[in-house]
Amino acid sequence: MSEITLSVKGLRKVIGKKEIIKGLDFDLKKGEVFGFLGPNGAGKTTTIRMLVSLIKPTSGSIEICGYNVETHFIEAMSRLGCIVENPELYPYLTGWENLEHFAGMLPNLDRAHMYEVVKLVRLQERIHDPVKTYSLGMRQRLGIAQALLGKPKVLILDEPTNGLDPAGIREMRSFIRFLAEEEGLSVLVSSHLLSEIQLMCDRVAIISKGEIIKVDTVDSLLSMQERLIWRVSPLEKAQRILEERTHVTVGGDSTLITTYSESEAAAWNRALVEQGIEVKEMQKKLPALEDLFLELTGGESVD
Amino acid sequence: MINLVQNEMLKLVRKKKLVVVALIIGILISVFTYAQYKEAQRTLERLGDVDWRTTLQQQIIDTQNRLTSSRISDEWKSQLQLRIQQQQYYLDHNVNPMEPGAPTFMREFAKNSIDLFLPLMVMIIAADLVSSERSAGTVKLLLTRPVKRWKILLSKYITLVLAVSFIIVLFGMFSYLISGLVFGYQGWTAPVITGFSVEAGELITSGIQLIPQWQYLLMEFGLVWFVALVVGTLSFMLSVLIRSTAAGMGVMLATLISGMILSNMVSSWVSAKYLFMINLKLTDYLTGSAPPIDGMTLGFSLAVLAAWGLAALAVSFTVFLKQDVY
Repeated sequence: MSEITLSVKGLRKVIGKKEIIKGLDFDLKKGEVFGFLGPNGAGKTTTIRMLVSLIKPTSGSIEICGYNVETHFIEAMSRLGCIVENPELYPYLTGWENLEHFAGMLPNLDRAHMYEVVKLVRLQERIHDPVKTYSLGMRQRLGIAQALLGKPKVLILDEPTNGLDPAGIREMRSFIRFLAEEEGLSVLVSSHLLSEIQLMCDRVAIISKGEIIKVDTVDSLLSMQERLIWRVSPLEKAQRILEERTHVTVGGDSTLITTYSESEAAAWNRALVEQGIEVKEMQKKLPALEDLFLELTGGESVD
Repeated sequence: MINLVQNEMLKLVRKKKLVVVALIIGILISVFTYAQYKEAQRTLERLGDVDWRTTLQQQIIDTQNRLTSSRISDEWKSQLQLRIQQQQYYLDHNVNPMEPGAPTFMREFAKNSIDLFLPLMVMIIAADLVSSERSAGTVKLLLTRPVKRWKILLSKYITLVLAVSFIIVLFGMFSYLISGLVFGYQGWTAPVITGFSVEAGELITSGIQLIPQWQYLLMEFGLVWFVALVVGTLSFMLSVLIRSTAAGMGVMLATLISGMILSNMVSSWVSAKYLFMINLKLTDYLTGSAPPIDGMTLGFSLAVLAAWGLAALAVSFTVFLKQDVY
């Protein structure tokens, strides 16, 4: 699990006088799904385009499986599969011709593998129809098939569920999990949808205004945000008692909010009860990544 | 590399661009064949069934009549005088400049198509070779393969060279086959006079050669191919530089047309001879018409066109290799 497949160090991009990306560092490990989360305009797409070498970084290095993208372009790129934004394929060719087209650009064209990939994305029945007759979901699947042709170690997907219907989103999610868990790929997924990242990723980097604010596992990010909500009376007295022990904020609907700590919650409760406070309700709240995000970025808008 | 060129050819064929070009060429040739047939019939009506010498003589007299008019410009006058001298030369050496038959039609049609029609056909192919990939976004897929960027662009350029060659061959074949239906397929060995040159408004006949028509056609189509290739290369560069195919085509069309207009009025602006669009009518050097600017020769025009083509290639590759793709 600890093998590093994609390593980014000090990545910067300056356009004109404006620094769009301000020095990013992160690593992707084998078999994990890594989320890239940020509002529109945070620099996600620019970063991803630098990773797939569509845009030249101003400084910094990108290594794929140990190969530097600039100095060992061929070696690095043959270990990378990607979809940048929408899967743009040639509408006037059939799905199969599209795949042949891109397979022809690989060092060795492997037809058996092409069939496998088509089966993997379940397009066997429509693969010989022109792409212009495909639904968006099918195009997305063909896009993934195209990205998988070269048997990549790293898969980069920019907004993979954009424009899909709920069933398509669920399908895409389980497919990405499958690729990471069963095939051992490292998958980098960018999204501005928090719920999506939360459901699909192992680790997440939160990016805002060209900087990574935090990189952590989804689990630990969430546990950081766990809160305990108290419904007590009288409120003021309870607040004083709790403040002696932990950080307290007053919530709406006459509640108090403290951090959650498994070892101390019972002791706090006892202290309240011993001093005659009525404890009506203690509720542990598991927050969404959304709250965390707003807290970290200082309320920058996210949709 | 072969794989890449195959990919590009596949896309070109499936976009049906070549079919469009073939259709346009076919239709236009049919129209011109018909027009020329009508023209021949009119001459027949006017002069009766006479031999070509009489017709040519009549043409010379017509031109001389026009020369007496005081309202024509000096430049036009010297052009007409050159034409008379040439026609007289044909007459004196007993060579029919318009030997009826498909090869003569090919010769004339190629001469008239070299500076606008064929460049236009080539433009249809070249103008969106790169820009269509950019506007459709597929360029992102191309450039994220383990293939260096210069190879991708080179494969596109090779495809362009093949397509240009194909169009020229198609053009030759169509004009031979279609016009032959009306004029007959004979005339490959008919003598053609070439090697006229013009110096200071005088027709120089010292370098003149009499060659069979097939040889003349070979030279002519070589020149046509070269011009088409240079125009194709320039459109190719615009296709790299300008994201919108329509804008690229517009720019190219504007330069071609401005070239045609300029050719008729730049005789005193000498440095204009370094513009590529003034140098497109290479076939004029074969027939011996006066060049738009004094002192231009076939070698000069070839060199100017080659320089423009190479510069366009250099720009295309430099930009394409460095460009950030959004």
